[in-house]
Amino acid sequence: MTMAAKNLENSSDISPQTIKDSGLTIEEYDLLNAQLGRTPNPLELAITGAMWSEHCSYKSSKKWLKTLPTEAPHVIQGPGENAGVIDIGDGQAAIFKIESHNSPSFIEPFQGAATGVGGILRDVFTMGARPVANLNALRFGEPENKLTRHLLSGAVAGIGSYGNCVGVPTVGGEVNFHKAYNGNCLVNCMTVGIADTDKIFYAKAAGVGNPIVYVGSKTGRDGIGGATMSSEGFEDDADAKRPTVQVGDPFTEKLLIEACLELMAEDAIIAIQDMGAAGLTSSTVEMASKGEVGVEIDLDKIPAREENMQPHEFMLSESQERMLMVLKPGSENKARAIFEKWELDFSIIEMVTDTKNLTLTWRGETVADMPVDVIVDNAPEYDRDWVAPKPQTTIKAEDIPEPSDYADTLVKLMSCPDMASKRWIYEQYDSTVMADTFAGPGKAAAAIVRVHGTQKALAMTTDCTPRYCYADPFQGGAQAVAETYRNISATGAKPLAITNNLNFGNPERPEIMGQFVGCVGGMRNACEELEYPVISGNVSLYNETSGKGILPAPVIGGVGVMQDITKAMTLNFKAAEDTIVLIGETAGWMGSSLYLREIEGQEKGAPPPVDLATEKRHADFIRLSIEEELLTAAHDVSDGGLLCAVADMALAGNIGADLQIESNIPLHTFLFGEDQARFVVTTQNTDALLEAAAQAGVPATVIGKTNASGTLTVGTDLATDLAALRTAHEGWLPNYMEN
Amino acid sequence: MKSAVIVFPGSNCDRDAQVALRQITGQEPAMVWHTESDLPKVDLVVLPGGFSYGDYLRCGAMASHSNVMKAVKDHAEQGGLLLGICNGFQILVESHLLPGAMLTNKKLKFISRNVHLKVENRDTPFSKSITGETIRIPIANHDGCYFADDATLDQLEQNGQVVFRYCDETGAVNDNANVNGSLRNIAGICNDRKNVLGMMPHPERAVDTYHGGTDGAELFKSMVEALA
Repeated sequence: MTMAAKNLENSSDISPQTIKDSGLTIEEYDLLNAQLGRTPNPLELAITGAMWSEHCSYKSSKKWLKTLPTEAPHVIQGPGENAGVIDIGDGQAAIFKIESHNSPSFIEPFQGAATGVGGILRDVFTMGARPVANLNALRFGEPENKLTRHLLSGAVAGIGSYGNCVGVPTVGGEVNFHKAYNGNCLVNCMTVGIADTDKIFYAKAAGVGNPIVYVGSKTGRDGIGGATMSSEGFEDDADAKRPTVQVGDPFTEKLLIEACLELMAEDAIIAIQDMGAAGLTSSTVEMASKGEVGVEIDLDKIPAREENMQPHEFMLSESQERMLMVLKPGSENKARAIFEKWELDFSIIEMVTDTKNLTLTWRGETVADMPVDVIVDNAPEYDRDWVAPKPQTTIKAEDIPEPSDYADTLVKLMSCPDMASKRWIYEQYDSTVMADTFAGPGKAAAAIVRVHGTQKALAMTTDCTPRYCYADPFQGGAQAVAETYRNISATGAKPLAITNNLNFGNPERPEIMGQFVGCVGGMRNACEELEYPVISGNVSLYNETSGKGILPAPVIGGVGVMQDITKAMTLNFKAAEDTIVLIGETAGWMGSSLYLREIEGQEKGAPPPVDLATEKRHADFIRLSIEEELLTAAHDVSDGGLLCAVADMALAGNIGADLQIESNIPLHTFLFGEDQARFVVTTQNTDALLEAAAQAGVPATVIGKTNASGTLTVGTDLATDLAALRTAHEGWLPNYMEN
Repeated sequence: MKSAVIVFPGSNCDRDAQVALRQITGQEPAMVWHTESDLPKVDLVVLPGGFSYGDYLRCGAMASHSNVMKAVKDHAEQGGLLLGICNGFQILVESHLLPGAMLTNKKLKFISRNVHLKVENRDTPFSKSITGETIRIPIANHDGCYFADDATLDQLEQNGQVVFRYCDETGAVNDNANVNGSLRNIAGICNDRKNVLGMMPHPERAVDTYHGGTDGAELFKSMVEALA
């Protein structure tokens, strides 16, 4: 018997504990045995455990993800590749994706968040794009929680350190606080890149005998078991899992970006894939699976950071800043020269085979040999039980008491943790490097980044309202999509596609699975109605600690394009005496509103319904008004309702406003209700705007004028100085973080 | 004006400098890799922003020892213009082409925002064509707090080597406007001969209307006009 065969015979080294450590259930282990026709050896078991983990296999979510619309004429590549690709005209494409790094960030916030940025950047430049913008969506526990400051300051510093060093501007994002995230913070990172449509690279291996090349950093013992760890909840044991968190080196990433883009300009690459979760394991088998080929890897040729590394350490390390490529034969030397110029490792680690197997050799022996199909395509897929949550009752506007002091109420809302200025955070992110940022954080309803060297620009945003998703997953899922559509439209850009990051609790609990199914259903509906497909995404389940799950957070990252950056619309009031116009209907919807939570201390009630036809009509109208240069400012209405939107615009422009509200619903519900499909705009051409709105069948109501007095007033009911409002709005976060 | 931009591993504002120079000088700048020993014949050399060599050890420390720096020093010694922006300023200080040192910002955090700079000396090739009392351009750094001993600071002031100071929008130089805690609000200094300027803020990110301001362009125009 040869040594090679000995490693692959029925193994006696598998104990119940080995199976548990691999992350597989006993049933899954039996399924693996049946598929292999033998028992796996410990290395094969560990590889399968990582690839069959929830994180890598999407086994609980796949059934529902398949229902999402992913196609449109402008979609070049939908889900299934490293990132999604859309056509933005003139031979150019936008490539983008969002991804979670929740568990690592909770365990070690700086490195967890930093490597979240690094990972998503690689997903995008792997496809041939130069990354041009980063965004994020962060959720932390309540401010009173003892971990919140530590997690927030660490995650923000980590995101900043990575993005700033690689030189990609961080241009937008959102930050929420809620006690439901006390035991699980959410760190979702998004990257947008730009490529030429004829220079897009895919992960499909091809060509038996072609060299497989490893480039980037050396492999160390960090991050081993990360994918499996991210597929479990915490049991107050987060600290013990620290070694599963990777350590990032943005300097190497910057070199890797430049080296890869330099090689991509040559005709040398057949396939390329970054090493993310489950490292070398996932990158090799995914490339093989897409190409329907086999791969043979000689582990002795993997550049190692430490001595005596074992096969499972090579295969499961999540060391950062590494890539795998299949090169055209004969281009090895050209490629090697480029990577050596950038002082990066370059190693030919074997080749593409026709066996359709993953074959690993180490010290002259075959240490694993199993069909790629088994590891990738035949991963278990579950149809988990689910129950829809009990519908919440609709709260009547009349049932919410009027505040005794409107000015005080506005100050409270504008300075509550979710609404307070996030300047303390975003000023730690370089938002202007690359010199194409037109509107970074806080400047427009969505971030606006010029397409380098052109008059075009991309608008991009991340949005989600978890309290809506909890109260009514279907409406919440639709609302998250609609809010990105609205934000992008308010800049004048046409929304083109989304990426989604579905953050939920334990899918083995039917009520959590019910949230998931509901949110995906709402998203599907919104994407279909708005012709706004999903082109990439990520699912993060098991966000729970000691059995307590998070508020569901299906974060949407939307991207749109505008043809002429000189018409891009920002949200700040521009001048006194502009007319302020509210677009959309106001019924005073108070259920699950920020007002109800912050002022009345209640988290309940059906969230505002989303009427997608109305959303589309109103957003189309806003874009047209911007195109025809009828507007001087535009903002969407969301958290905190109309008055908070107006306050945002006034603070951003340092220009006051006098509002006159005529309505037959209670004033406070008009001002703070969260009815959807609404915008606030200003104009110097009121008649033309109102006439255009009437023609388009869009409700448009003049609600006041901007002023030069630096005050915000609503009839005789409210008067506040902008300076006082600003102090409260800007003050909360620095006071919280620094005192 | 002919120009060159030095590219170190980890530079990330090299393209921004290239684009600004191309736009303002009408000529394509040479991009020079850090391993080169010679520079093309140029009027201006730019050390761009970024994180050269990851800014490991100390910001700019390793870059100051890279191969190309000998040629850069020769260029400055021969009277050629040398501009270090952000990480470039840190490299100039580490190379002793400018005095002083850079410390971590006073709040120990990266700061990315627009700042106002008071133009303290217009009698330099970098500032002669600036029209306003102040300019407004972005900063983006973690270690931009300028430090030197009192004698050095006094000498800088006497020689007119302090070119830019952090100020508020009215032009007042005070503690509130001093974003990173730099001694005497110093944002940019030049050498005694006035041909080497280091500054933490980024003029190359404020040269086009879509940047939200074009004050940075006046720096580059100053150099073009100084050489004309």
